Amino acid sequence: MPQLTLHANIPAPDDFYEALLAAHEGLSKAQSDALNARLILLLANHIGDPGILREALEKAAGQSAG
Amino acid sequence: MTRIFETPIYPYQRSADQDAPAPVRHKVVVVGAGPVGLVTAVDLAHQGVPVVVVDENDKVSFGSRAICFAKRPLEILDRLGCGQQMVDKGVTWNLGKVFFHDREIYSFNLLPGEGHRRPAFINLQQYHFEKFLVDHIRHMQADGAPIEIRGRNKVSAVGLHNDHVTLEIDTPEGSYNIDAEWLVACDGANSPIRKMLGLGFTGQVFEDNFLIADVVMEAEFPTERWFWFDPPFNKGQSALLHKQPDNVWRIDMQLGWDIDREAELKPENIRRRLHAMLGSDAKFELEWTSIYTFQCARMEHFRKGRVLFAGDSAHQVSPFGARGANSGIQDADNLAWKLRAVINGEAPEALLDSYCHEREQAADENILNSTRSTEFITPKSEISHIFRDAVLDLAEHHEFARPLVNSGRLSVPTIHDGSPLNGPDAAGLPAETRPGAPAVDAPLRKGWLLDRLGDGFKLLAIGIDVPDELAGIEVVQLATDESDALAARWLGGAGRALYLIRPDQHVAARWLEYDRDAITAAHDRALARQ
Ligand SMILES: Cc1cc2nc3c(=O)[nH]c(=O)nc-3n(C[C@H](O)[C@H](O)[C@H](O)COP(=O)(O)OP(=O)(O)OC[C@H]3O[C@@H](n4cnc5c(N)ncnc54)[C@H](O)[C@@H]3O)c2cc1C
Repeated sequence: MPQLTLHANIPAPDDFYEALLAAHEGLSKAQSDALNARLILLLANHIGDPGILREALEKAAGQSAG
Repeated sequence: MTRIFETPIYPYQRSADQDAPAPVRHKVVVVGAGPVGLVTAVDLAHQGVPVVVVDENDKVSFGSRAICFAKRPLEILDRLGCGQQMVDKGVTWNLGKVFFHDREIYSFNLLPGEGHRRPAFINLQQYHFEKFLVDHIRHMQADGAPIEIRGRNKVSAVGLHNDHVTLEIDTPEGSYNIDAEWLVACDGANSPIRKMLGLGFTGQVFEDNFLIADVVMEAEFPTERWFWFDPPFNKGQSALLHKQPDNVWRIDMQLGWDIDREAELKPENIRRRLHAMLGSDAKFELEWTSIYTFQCARMEHFRKGRVLFAGDSAHQVSPFGARGANSGIQDADNLAWKLRAVINGEAPEALLDSYCHEREQAADENILNSTRSTEFITPKSEISHIFRDAVLDLAEHHEFARPLVNSGRLSVPTIHDGSPLNGPDAAGLPAETRPGAPAVDAPLRKGWLLDRLGDGFKLLAIGIDVPDELAGIEVVQLATDESDALAARWLGGAGRALYLIRPDQHVAARWLEYDRDAITAAHDRALARQ
C-alpha cells in the first residue's frame, strides 16, 4: 500500500515556499482562505489515493492538537 | 377549480365493524394512507393477505411534497402492477444544470443506463402518485382482493398485547375499537402511534427554512433540474427549479433560519421572490406553497412487538436526494412478503427482525447521504463554506471537482450486505448482484428480467439445468445469451450461475454449481428458519 511521503520530497524547497507565499501576496484573508481551499482540493485530487489522504488528514490534525 | 388534493377520494363510510358487539379482529391494519401505507397495503393484498388501511384524512397528500420517484421504487410498483401509469404521467429528465452566483458553472447528463426498463428518476406529484395507488386499490377490490381503505378514521389509542394490538378509532360518527394481529404504522414523521407507544425519534434538526412553491406556468424552461448556489435573487442561499407534469414547476428556495414565517408565506411576498427568480414578466399561478424545516432522524428499532414502523414514521430525511418516499416504498417492499410468510406460518417472527436489520441499515445510509447534501448546500461553519465555494469555483473550470458538488445524490437502493438472510456468495460473479443486492434489471429476448422474477422465491438459473422440483421455489431458466446486459450483470466472466431471489427481488444467495441441499439451506435462511 502506498504511504504518505514524510521525507523531504520537494526539490527546491525555498523556491516552492516563496511561490506559495507569492500566490497569497496582496490577497485579503477571505481570498487567501479561498485560494488555500482550492489548492488543497487540487492537490487532494492529484493524490487521489484514499489511504494517503486519510493519513495526511490525520497527520495534519494531530499536529495542531498538540 | 378544485384541485386534486382537495377532493375526498376515500370518503368516510360506516363500516360493519362500528356496529359489531365486540371488536373485530383483522390480520393486518395499516395506519396511514400516504405513499408508504398505500404501497404496503397493496403489496399485502397482492400477496393475498387481508388488510385494512385507516387514515384520519380522506384525500391525497395536500400539495405535492415528494416529486422525484426513483428507479427502484418504480420497479416495485411494476411488480405490483401499477408502475406504468406513473411512468406515463411522470416527467423524465436527464439534464441537470448547476449555477453559482450569476452563472452556469456546468451541466450533467444522467444518461439513462442502457438495458433498464425504468429511468433513474421520474418527476411526479405525490398527489398523483397516491391517486394512482388508490385507483389501483379500487381495481384490486373489483377483482376481489382483500383490501379496504377507511377515510376519516383516526387512530386515537393503541394497546400492545402478546398476539395482537388493540386500536381505538375516531370517526365522524364516534369512535369504535378493532384488533389487529399486526399493525403497520405508516402514519408519517409525527407518528401518533410512535408517540402513543412512547418510542423515541432521534436525530438532527437543520436550522434552516425552505420555501416550497409549486407554480403553474407556461414557461420556456426545458425539462431539466436547475440548482443555484448563492444566486443573485436569493443571496447567500440556494434555489432549485424542477419540472413536474401538467406545467407545474417546483421551486425550492432556502430562506435561512431567522425568518418571519408568516410574512414569508404571504402570497405577495412569495410572488415577489418568484419574480426575482423567474423574471419580472413571468406569468404563473401558485398551486401550493409551504415553508419547511427539515430533520434527519430515526427510531432506534422499527419494530415494537406486533407493531412495525415504515416510511417517515420510522425515519425522516431532508429532501435533498429525494429519499423520503423512495425509501419508504422500499420499506414496504421489504416488509410485505415477510409479514405474509409469518402470518401464513412459513417463517418464524424472527424474519420480521430482519426487516428492522435491513431497513435500519437503509435508513442510516439515507440519513448519511442526505446529511452530507445538506452540509454542502447549507454549510454550517465558516470553513465548510470556504471549501464549498472552492469546490464550486473549481467545478466551473475542472471536471475533477464536479463529483464533489452535492446538491442531492441520486436515491439508489441499499445493498443489504451483512443481512442475516444472506446465504453464500460465489467468487467471480459481478459485485452488483451479490447477496443482499436488489436484482438488477436486464432485457431478455422477450420482455424484462424483473417481470420474470415477479414475487415469490425464485431460482434464477442462467446457463445451467435445474433437475429437481424445489418446494416453495419457482425456477426461472434462462440462456446465457439472452442479452449482453444480462451476462454482464449476472454472470461477469462466468459461463453459468444460479441465484436464489427473494420475493422482494433481492438476491439471497448464489452459486456456480447446482447443489440441492445448499439451495434448500439458503431458502431456509432467507426465511429465518435457521
Ligand atoms: C417539500 C418536500 C419534498 C419532498 N420531496 C421528496 C421527493 O422528491 N422524493 C421522495 O421520495 N420524498 C420526498 N419527500 C418526502 C415524502 O413526502 C415523504 O417521505 C412521504 O410522504 C412519506 O410517506 P409516508 O406514507 O411515510 O407518510 P405521510 O405521507 O406523511 O403519510 C402519513 C399518513 O398518516 C395519516 N395519519 C397520521 N396520523 C394518523 C392517525 N392517528 N390515524 C390515522 N391516520 C393517520 C396521515 O393523514 C397521512 O395520510 C419530500 C417531502 C417534502 C416535505
